[in-house]
Amino acid sequence: MPLYSEAGGLPATYVPLSFADWQQRPEWPAVALANTDPVEDLAPHVGRLRLIVLDFPKFSDGRAYSQARLLRGRMGYRGELRATGGVLQDQIAFMLRCGFNSFESEQKGFGEALARARTLFSVVYQPTEDGRAPASRLRLETATALLAAD
Amino acid sequence: MPDTFFYHYDAYDRTLVSERVDQFRDQVRRRLAGELTEEQFKPLRLTNGLYLQLHAYMLRIAIPYGTLSSRQLRKLAEISRKYDRGYGHFTTRQNLQLNWIKLEDAPDALAALAEVDMHALQTSGNCIRNVTADHFAGAAADEIEDPRIWAEIVRQWSTLHPEFTFLPRKFKIAITGSPNDRAAVRVHDIGLRLWRNDAGEVGFEVIVGGGLGRTPMIGKTLREFLPKNELLAYLEATLRVYNRYGRRDNLYKARIKILVHEVGVDKMRADVEAEYAETRDGLLGLSNETIEAITRQFAPPPLPHRSAFVPDVERQKFEDAAFALWLKSNTAPHWMAGYRIVTASLKPAGAPPGDASAVQMEGVADIADAFSQGELRVSHEQNLIFPHVAMEDLPAVYAALGRLGFAEANVGKITDIIACPGLDYCALANARSIPVAQRISNHFSELARQHDIGDLKIKISGCINACGHHHVGHIGILGVDKNGVELYQISLGGDVDFGKTALGTILGPAVTADKIVEAVDALVTTYLDARAAGERFVDTYRRIGAQPFKERVYATV
Repeated sequence: MPLYSEAGGLPATYVPLSFADWQQRPEWPAVALANTDPVEDLAPHVGRLRLIVLDFPKFSDGRAYSQARLLRGRMGYRGELRATGGVLQDQIAFMLRCGFNSFESEQKGFGEALARARTLFSVVYQPTEDGRAPASRLRLETATALLAAD
Repeated sequence: MPDTFFYHYDAYDRTLVSERVDQFRDQVRRRLAGELTEEQFKPLRLTNGLYLQLHAYMLRIAIPYGTLSSRQLRKLAEISRKYDRGYGHFTTRQNLQLNWIKLEDAPDALAALAEVDMHALQTSGNCIRNVTADHFAGAAADEIEDPRIWAEIVRQWSTLHPEFTFLPRKFKIAITGSPNDRAAVRVHDIGLRLWRNDAGEVGFEVIVGGGLGRTPMIGKTLREFLPKNELLAYLEATLRVYNRYGRRDNLYKARIKILVHEVGVDKMRADVEAEYAETRDGLLGLSNETIEAITRQFAPPPLPHRSAFVPDVERQKFEDAAFALWLKSNTAPHWMAGYRIVTASLKPAGAPPGDASAVQMEGVADIADAFSQGELRVSHEQNLIFPHVAMEDLPAVYAALGRLGFAEANVGKITDIIACPGLDYCALANARSIPVAQRISNHFSELARQHDIGDLKIKISGCINACGHHHVGHIGILGVDKNGVELYQISLGGDVDFGKTALGTILGPAVTADKIVEAVDALVTTYLDARAAGERFVDTYRRIGAQPFKERVYATV
């Protein structure tokens, strides 16, 4: 399946292990989780991990969005976070916001859509793992700047 | 200078809505060009409010927390004329549905909505839906705090939420700020009730896992008292638990109520609190500045002092019995002396509940401009509300509503029926709802009789998905299909009043369409014969039980 990565290309030798196999070899730096696997169990290992693959069995099954946010936000995972399975271009903006930075997709035009996805919405309402300032914070900053200018 | 006394969009809100329209325009183009399959397109159109119904696409427009300006209502009229058949249907979820939209027109209709700071975002799909609130918000005499402040905060947080757009199932949040719950918070996925504790602080009771549909359940208290500034962090924790652990193997068991039911509310609470312990100090905490900035936008309009005793009104009450009844049923106490809240009944005798033509919408907008600070509300009971009407203006408002056909003095009465669109429009329905509502409405059209019968809520659904809320009707009517014949199952004793929320109990075998009016008549007669002084229908039912009603109905039909 074509891979689109913003993570700066890991060597192909990093073959991700299934969660069960990886638990036998937790020193291995790449793991592929099912969306029912307990993502919290990776917490002690995130500093060593280089690639985590999260699965969307169907594009409409959104459990991996929560796994991604927990990995990035709560556990501070910094390596490649890859979405696989039902990955369609209309989900890219959501996936980027949850911290994904690489994507496997068979959809035609996916690469072009990925290039556009960051600018599709110039305003966001929620603070998430992409670090973008939500509208509520920008409003406060504007209000503070106006006060300072007075 | 804002022309409204509720939240008005700033550049951020406008940009987001218009970028969303652009995105949807591109998605529609790709669908029409065959680049997207219907399966791939479906969730995209749904989160933009576009359904595929029995005969055509239907556009469901959000009216967040039921608040609307006259300017917005005029635009809705214009859109219904330009892109639909010149009318719309107000739903039980503070939405407006246009039933005859063409796919290729949908992006233009959404762009027209954006011109007046409106959208159809998340009115469908497995995401957080349009947030609803008390339809008397900002005007009710019994209000502790305006729930719309919090509904707007939730609206923004839930709009295009990246984590919660592909939930197991749809997710509905309702908020009330009054002890008299008019938002039905115990039958929502999450209900939020503002209340004041012994220390004098106002916070939320968080209720989870209520809902109607095919498995009706009353919501349970997840958190007795949540400080207001913690609202979003707590909601996010709850939604995350649901997103991760809600069932996805069976469409009919995917709502949060099933998760709560299966694990138990104590385990649910433990899971949510554990998640919340990790996130409560995060970025979702609401600063006082943010809360104050939004609160300011909901500041009440400057209502001039008006007399609370109006001789003209008193005289007309005496001379015009219909006006006197209308005052009683269609107006409610306002927090300011000299003012009333007026409900325009979208249930004239024999009409489809909740329908309004473009001409009627414009007429309502004119009345709002002249007599209600240009402001309106939409109720989940499918009526329109003028929140701030001076008592001196009541005769003029009554007359103007009469010309539109919206002055029926039946709010809360037997003909103020809630009904889903039913088999006339809906792809899911088993039976028709609107024609049943129309026939009951015609049968009981005499106003004096309706007022004698008193408060009685009839709610009609055309299938077990329960969009007509039949489970919580004093009389609930459910359309079922048996070997191609439309039958109607009757239940009694449902209620959404706070503290009394109850699901109705099925009376007996379903009756045929041509007997439903007789059956309802028999129920009413039983009540009239048995009632004690001051008892409503549902009170009598609770006192004497189902048996007398049952005997009469099945002796009749």
